[in-house]
Amino acid sequence: MEKRVTFGRWTIGILFAVPQLLLIFTFFYWPAGQAIYWSLTLQQPWGGGNIWVGLDNFRSILANADYWNSITASMVFAGISTGLAMVIALVLAALTDRQLAGSWLYRVVLIWPYGIAAPALALAFRFILAPEAGFMAVVNQVWPGFWDPGLDGADAMASIIIAFSWKYVGYNFIFFLAAFQAIPRSLIEAAAMDGSGVIRRFWDIQFPLITPTIFFLLVINITESFQDSFGIVDIMTAGGPANATNLMVYKIYSDGFKGLDYSGAAAQSIILMLLIVALTIVQFRFIERRVHYR
Amino acid sequence: MTIIKRGFAALAAGVLSTALAVPASAEPVKFDFWFGLSGDLARVVDTLCKNFNDSQNDYQVVCTSQGNYDATLQNTIAAFRAGKQPTVVQVYDVGTATMMLSGAYKPADKLMEENGYKIDYSDYFPGIARYYATSKGEMLSFPFNSSTALMYWNKDAFAKIGKTEAPKTWEDVGADLKALKDAGYDCPMAINISANESWQLMEQFSALHNQPIATKNNGYDGLDARLEVNKTKFVQYVTDLKKWYDAGLIKIKSKDLGQDMVQAFATGTCQLILTSVGDHGTVGRTQKEGMKWDVAELPVYAGTERKNSLVGGASLWVLSGKSDAEYKGAAAFLNFIHDPKTALFWSTNTGYIPVTKSGFDFMKSNGFYDKAPYKGREVAIESLTASEPTEITRGIRLGNFTQIRAEFGTQMQAIFANKVSVQQGLDTLVKNGDAILERFQQTYPGKTLP
Repeated sequence: MEKRVTFGRWTIGILFAVPQLLLIFTFFYWPAGQAIYWSLTLQQPWGGGNIWVGLDNFRSILANADYWNSITASMVFAGISTGLAMVIALVLAALTDRQLAGSWLYRVVLIWPYGIAAPALALAFRFILAPEAGFMAVVNQVWPGFWDPGLDGADAMASIIIAFSWKYVGYNFIFFLAAFQAIPRSLIEAAAMDGSGVIRRFWDIQFPLITPTIFFLLVINITESFQDSFGIVDIMTAGGPANATNLMVYKIYSDGFKGLDYSGAAAQSIILMLLIVALTIVQFRFIERRVHYR
Repeated sequence: MTIIKRGFAALAAGVLSTALAVPASAEPVKFDFWFGLSGDLARVVDTLCKNFNDSQNDYQVVCTSQGNYDATLQNTIAAFRAGKQPTVVQVYDVGTATMMLSGAYKPADKLMEENGYKIDYSDYFPGIARYYATSKGEMLSFPFNSSTALMYWNKDAFAKIGKTEAPKTWEDVGADLKALKDAGYDCPMAINISANESWQLMEQFSALHNQPIATKNNGYDGLDARLEVNKTKFVQYVTDLKKWYDAGLIKIKSKDLGQDMVQAFATGTCQLILTSVGDHGTVGRTQKEGMKWDVAELPVYAGTERKNSLVGGASLWVLSGKSDAEYKGAAAFLNFIHDPKTALFWSTNTGYIPVTKSGFDFMKSNGFYDKAPYKGREVAIESLTASEPTEITRGIRLGNFTQIRAEFGTQMQAIFANKVSVQQGLDTLVKNGDAILERFQQTYPGKTLP
């Protein structure tokens, strides 16, 4: 007789899942459902009542040039900062993995930035990049007017990209280093004995073997650059100058909480959610094909 | 339900206290006061609360800083929706329209009347009272910390160009800035162009020149008011500021760049700034040793009949849904704040001005304005009372005005970065601002401002 370890009734399985389901419902589905409801109504901030407006909130947002500007800014920010954070971390991790002198030190030090809260690091970078007082003041003295994040949108965008990338280099580094160390030494040594140099070994052996990690970090970095950028933008530029750094997540905050336009902000967060979902699907659909899982 | 619960609790407490034969001293009624000031100012508020608590035994106010004005309003709204609102809350000037439509308050004048306090509302400076009163003149909230904008000028620098008086017109300012530049001053005047400076650059300027910011008397007469700053004297003003900026006579100073304009003035880097009288104390405390400076009313264009400037700051609102005992406490607290002696304490320890004539007179008779650190602050009162408020200079009553200020910052930055012309920038400000106003109007269908 065949023996199976199964539960007689499906309800027991559900029962085991209930705590987790409750958590997800309370902290995700319920707020998300509320946001969808708000996005379809006009909410009075003090809770005096609301009016059903259907898709009007979405229509007015999508007809707004400032909103499209905000989407473009978010895309530029996500693209450049993800690229920077991943490439720099990859290089640093590859070097650390080669056991260069003092690599134990880098291993500890490079992890720190991720542990710093976004507003704190934004404050530090605001000082470092201040055109009149910080490090950039020296540069400005040599080339007057070179650096002006107060009026030049590109400079302001560069500031927040630098701050964000700096934080995520640390995060990416941990994963890259772990991935490199999981590669069997024998593979590398064999290639070395066959006479291949450092660069060749990297491209032919290490890089293909860490593609799952690269893919994972790509998804995480892009998602986080849409969400975790808030603290940095709030402290460093507050969305300015002239909306140049008004990223989607910051616009949600300023419209919703400063402007008390809860419905408009809810609609924007629905759009942001859909955008991130779409981006993630695209990544899984087209980039994951090139990933070699072992 | 809560009343029943509270009744039980009171009963239980009563039984307990008789059972333990505690001497019959009733517990003071506690109520919450949330405010938006921080740092030094928060400490002064805490002292104010302590003074109130020490002055009587019936009530105890619990004062909590929420960090800043925006956060105070946001947190109060969240608390109100959850039924846990404070009894008294400090709401900034531009939140007035939002509060008036909220239906979440108890009118201050009614509260005082119900609790037997007689307040002479004509004692408030009209420029201050009208900002917070309804179109019919009823006081829904109590003016609290009040200020207005002044021009700070460096006497030493102006002496170098042979001037002993502050410029009174913008034409003179233009000439003086040029002279200062020629005399070797690198930064004759400092401004900043973020959302915060909407107050002194757009709002105060418009009031002084009796120019509207929006139709319907700046919004007092209806929610269908729309901006019109793109066709008033303000256009000329921005054009001049931009011209002076391009000529190097004006520098932009902000914290993000390294030094804000108050610091730039106090250190002697820049010779002229426009900011709140509330910064008077800061400049005095942080100024360069021996630097001579003074304050003056904001300039106007030649040939303008000067009107009163606008009050800035915040007022105290009493929220609905509280018990009678808490309202009694709130009324006693507001009465305490209204007292001229409190006005003296408040103005001495902050840069804010007294809000009532009796408070001002009391301070004058105490010699407050004769002594060095406070001398000059009376200019703020002169500026606020320069004329009887007109339909336009009594204030601004526009919904979601915080967002309009943000839009002001955005467009000014675009103008100063040469992305758009002055007229284009202001047209966009009006267009985007009107969208905000329209949205506000749609959110409150069929409602009118009291």
